[in-house]
Amino acid sequence: MQITAEHVIRFLEGVAATIKEHRDELTQLDSPIGDADHGINLDRGFTAVLAKLPTVADKDIGTILKTTGMTLVSTVGGASGPLYGTAFLRAGMALADRYELNEGEIVAALDAALEGIISRGKANRGDKTMVDAIAPGIDALKEAMANGADFVTAVRQAVAATEAGMKATIPLVALKGRASYLGDRSIGHQDPGATSSFYIAQVLLKTVESIG
Amino acid sequence: MKKLINSPENVVKDALAGIALAHPELEVHYDPDFIVRAGAPFQGKVGIISGGGSGHEPMHGGFVGKGMLDAACPGAIFTSPVPDQMLAATKAVDGGAGVLHIVKNYTGDVMNFEMAAELASAEGIQVASVVTNDDVAVKDSLYTAGRRGVGVTVLLEKIAGAAAESGADLAEVTRIAQKVNSLGRSMGMALTSCVVPHAGKPTFDLPEDEIEIGIGIHGEPGRRRIKITNAAEITEMLVTPILEDLPFKSGDTVLAFVNGMGGTPLIELYVVYNELAKILKGHNITIGRNLVGNYITSLEMAGCSITLLRLDDELTKLWDAPVRTPALRWGL
Repeated sequence: MQITAEHVIRFLEGVAATIKEHRDELTQLDSPIGDADHGINLDRGFTAVLAKLPTVADKDIGTILKTTGMTLVSTVGGASGPLYGTAFLRAGMALADRYELNEGEIVAALDAALEGIISRGKANRGDKTMVDAIAPGIDALKEAMANGADFVTAVRQAVAATEAGMKATIPLVALKGRASYLGDRSIGHQDPGATSSFYIAQVLLKTVESIG
Repeated sequence: MKKLINSPENVVKDALAGIALAHPELEVHYDPDFIVRAGAPFQGKVGIISGGGSGHEPMHGGFVGKGMLDAACPGAIFTSPVPDQMLAATKAVDGGAGVLHIVKNYTGDVMNFEMAAELASAEGIQVASVVTNDDVAVKDSLYTAGRRGVGVTVLLEKIAGAAAESGADLAEVTRIAQKVNSLGRSMGMALTSCVVPHAGKPTFDLPEDEIEIGIGIHGEPGRRRIKITNAAEITEMLVTPILEDLPFKSGDTVLAFVNGMGGTPLIELYVVYNELAKILKGHNITIGRNLVGNYITSLEMAGCSITLLRLDDELTKLWDAPVRTPALRWGL
């Protein structure tokens, strides 16, 4: 499967739409274990990204993703801004000057994105963060591909693993971020960052399905 | 929800416009947003900036002025400001003697300020950072995001600001700032939650007869919830962990800071102060200086926080130094 810059733009438009759709839900999730602003902040960021996309529509994929990352850093704030911003920035750096991607390059970009999140936020698996959704998702993607699955099937399995990872944050004690101040009171609540990551993963699947 | 706003989208921008008009000694810049002392940068003086989510007023914009902050960066409500803001503010206050960033220990604040400091250094500006983490409610810092930066931040901004105003260099101002953070401890409680404008309802539900102990400043729940009791017992619950943590000792002199979370009337803060004074007297701790009022708030949350700062001659002198900001003003 070849993914083009246009597909990446379509993906980002889809992310903006899904974040807007789930804005209140994400904000609600951020109330018992946060400060009730996750959906609001991400919506602001991806709305700004949407406005920027026309200016980079004819550029390489690396530039599109780096612009997305920088826009998120400049508009989202909180912890999500630096984390999602760094993720897109690193993915963009991994795909500099590319106008078409093969599947291996997408995996490399996802690896770079996750590494960016971990180096910026220093979360480990099990800390009850977005890492707990994204890391299993990438693992599942690689495993499916190694087992010979076609890309769409592999992404489908990745999204299933991301969803499972998101739900698995519910019983965890938060060890990072604002939720960690609550100690055991964070148990029983799904992490907002893991949730927004899952919704973004779903958009990736929809994009890939529409191509393949 | 009932608020005195025009729309949730415009709260911060409308407030910044109001601040600009009310305080001509301040300048408000937009996109990126920051508040700066008129006349900045001051050549040869260490510049001091801070910032954080809006919703904690007067922190930090109300502390911009002579003897305290040179600039403050307001984020969206309860949301860390972005690196662009801190970079612009840093440049605006750089008088050639370096800039100190005062950062409250929250994941977002720390990351955004870090990114800004990297960018400022890349442009050749010398930046030092001090992170405040005085909240004793968060017990186990190994397994959390670390202790929150709360009340001591106000005291640190004043004291470090005085040091910078007196001509101390960046290393000295930083040393004094670190000293304040290391000698201060805080704890807060809430009678109610607060309503983030965009969310439209309280961040958490607190029954009429219950209170939260060990809250932060972002409307998040605290460490535990108990039945309401009187001010004497509540004050004891806040002060005991503070005293044990430093620990404060018999014979110490402190700055006693009773802070309102925004929704509690001053009359109640003075009731708490009275209890605090009794407790400290019982421990043979002298109150050398004090501060009572709304200084680091959480929108309309009802409740209070207590901060104790161990004082010595150096810190007392710097606290007493003249200051002229919207929220703190003496000697000028």
